[in-house]
Amino acid sequence: MTQEKEKALKLFAAKVRRWAIEGVYHAKSGHPGGSLSCADVLTYIYNEEMNVTAASAKDQARNRFVLSKGHCAPALYATLGLLGFFDIEEMKKLRKVDSFLQGHPCMQYTPGIDMSTGSLGQGISAASGMAINAKYLDKTNYKVFTILGDGEMQEGEVWEALMSSAHYKLDNFCVILDNNGLQIDGKVDDVMSLGDIEAKTKAFGFETRVIDGHDFASIEQAMKDFNANIGSGKPFFIISKSHKGQGVSYMLDNAGWHGKAPNDEEYAIAVSELDAAIKALED
Amino acid sequence: MSEMATRDAYGKALVEFGADKSIVVMDADLSGSTKTGEFKKVYPDRFFNMGIAEGNMMATAAGIATCGKTVFCSTFATFASERPLEQIRNSICYPNLNVKICASHAGLTVGEDGASHQCLEDMAVIRSIPNIRVICPSDGASTRLAIKAAIDNPGPFYIRLGRAKVPSVYGEYGADVPFAIGKSNLLRPGQDLTIIACGIMVKTALEAHEILKSKGINARVLDMHTIKPIDKEAIAKASRETGLIVTAEEHTINGGLGSAVCEAVCESHPCLVRRFGVNDTFGKSGTPKDLLEAYRLTAEDLAIECEAVYKDLKG
Repeated sequence: MTQEKEKALKLFAAKVRRWAIEGVYHAKSGHPGGSLSCADVLTYIYNEEMNVTAASAKDQARNRFVLSKGHCAPALYATLGLLGFFDIEEMKKLRKVDSFLQGHPCMQYTPGIDMSTGSLGQGISAASGMAINAKYLDKTNYKVFTILGDGEMQEGEVWEALMSSAHYKLDNFCVILDNNGLQIDGKVDDVMSLGDIEAKTKAFGFETRVIDGHDFASIEQAMKDFNANIGSGKPFFIISKSHKGQGVSYMLDNAGWHGKAPNDEEYAIAVSELDAAIKALED
Repeated sequence: MSEMATRDAYGKALVEFGADKSIVVMDADLSGSTKTGEFKKVYPDRFFNMGIAEGNMMATAAGIATCGKTVFCSTFATFASERPLEQIRNSICYPNLNVKICASHAGLTVGEDGASHQCLEDMAVIRSIPNIRVICPSDGASTRLAIKAAIDNPGPFYIRLGRAKVPSVYGEYGADVPFAIGKSNLLRPGQDLTIIACGIMVKTALEAHEILKSKGINARVLDMHTIKPIDKEAIAKASRETGLIVTAEEHTINGGLGSAVCEAVCESHPCLVRRFGVNDTFGKSGTPKDLLEAYRLTAEDLAIECEAVYKDLKG
């Protein structure tokens, strides 16, 4: 990856974080921690893989993305807003009664949303349905991406979907686990440990990679591997090691920031940190 | 008189209308019983067995539906409604996607498999969800038209089908039957009371009508094949003109057809409504015929109920 490209991606991701915080702050509720942990992967997928614009958002042959961990909607909305699907200033109306930016993604209200999610475990199933459609019904080459949370992997439906994705040989399907290790009640390992996810997903028939979810070179390598894997008959699984709250010092690795909005003082700190990061990258 | 299980009519209808390439069918390891296997034989490329994983099937169907397909999902009613209820709510109904849940083996007439497999609550739980329409056809001919209506009208449907062969109400499969979503069919005129029935209870109501006629009671009979949206107009008219309604369903009396009729009556022209069905209890093993007798759901039972309530009120 060229330095220039990496810098551009980092800048975009910093803006995603900045706008995600802006949205959650104005809403006075929402999920900043997980939004920040998946911001880099989202940035890469939408800038380098999706190749979708507001104009092509309804094309049958477009690539698709489903945010299975739907509570991290602020990061997805910020991504779509920065890409021009809607006015980014709409982020300030997040979760308000007259806004099209719902607390969890709604495909009927928001431009660019491919599937309504929010109830954990269901997004991966819906995404696999889109991959089935490409491979067996439309017989086109589009790809489908979904991001899961690690708490979400406790849902039985996730494993049902992994099973059916392997059974139907969905090699056009890329599942990314935002593996920040934390969920609402604390550490995933304390609440309900997932065991060896790499071994489990491999055993389910996936081609699995473990990456640093905040390193664009690492993300890019995994995505290259996914693209090279198309045609193999195996779906692809990326364990993206990440940090909850990445980019805001006091939120880092803190389960308390799963579903809480910053107050005025905390907001000011977050803004100063993220604006400094943006400025450094713009210079 | 011809007999046909509504599930058999469903399988036939999928084949009849299945040439349309946008139609996709999914099942959860019961394709032989739900009759989706008939579609699979003719259109194997558009059939997906999702294994015994109903929640995943429903949300996967939703994903396929976002791509412009009409997706039929089938398994036994208990596993097609109550088990994946939240997937139906959040992944199908909330985004208003084009998924048609065709649930076979509803009601007591599943028979010998017993209570675990005899779904008696599906219409109640499903009809509480926005965007979905709930249909319970009475015979093969009307099932065919319910499937056609589901294909022709985008959005979620729940169609309740049975395992047991049932005598025809409208004629052979393929007969020209009046069928419009949300519009009940007046099968017998009558002024003394109205029996509003759905599913296999429509035939039972017609038989009860004859028994009542022999006793000098003239019962109107409505086939309320659509439980949601319910035909409020016909219900209000029945209330106004006959002053007494008895509902009949192979389902718990709580939350299903009887409750939907009560709601409509209370909000329009109140009259006495007696709900005839399964009385807030589970089923058990037995032959369909023995079960209908044991749970007092025969035409004779319905006629007795109608006569008693009629005499109480008007006699």
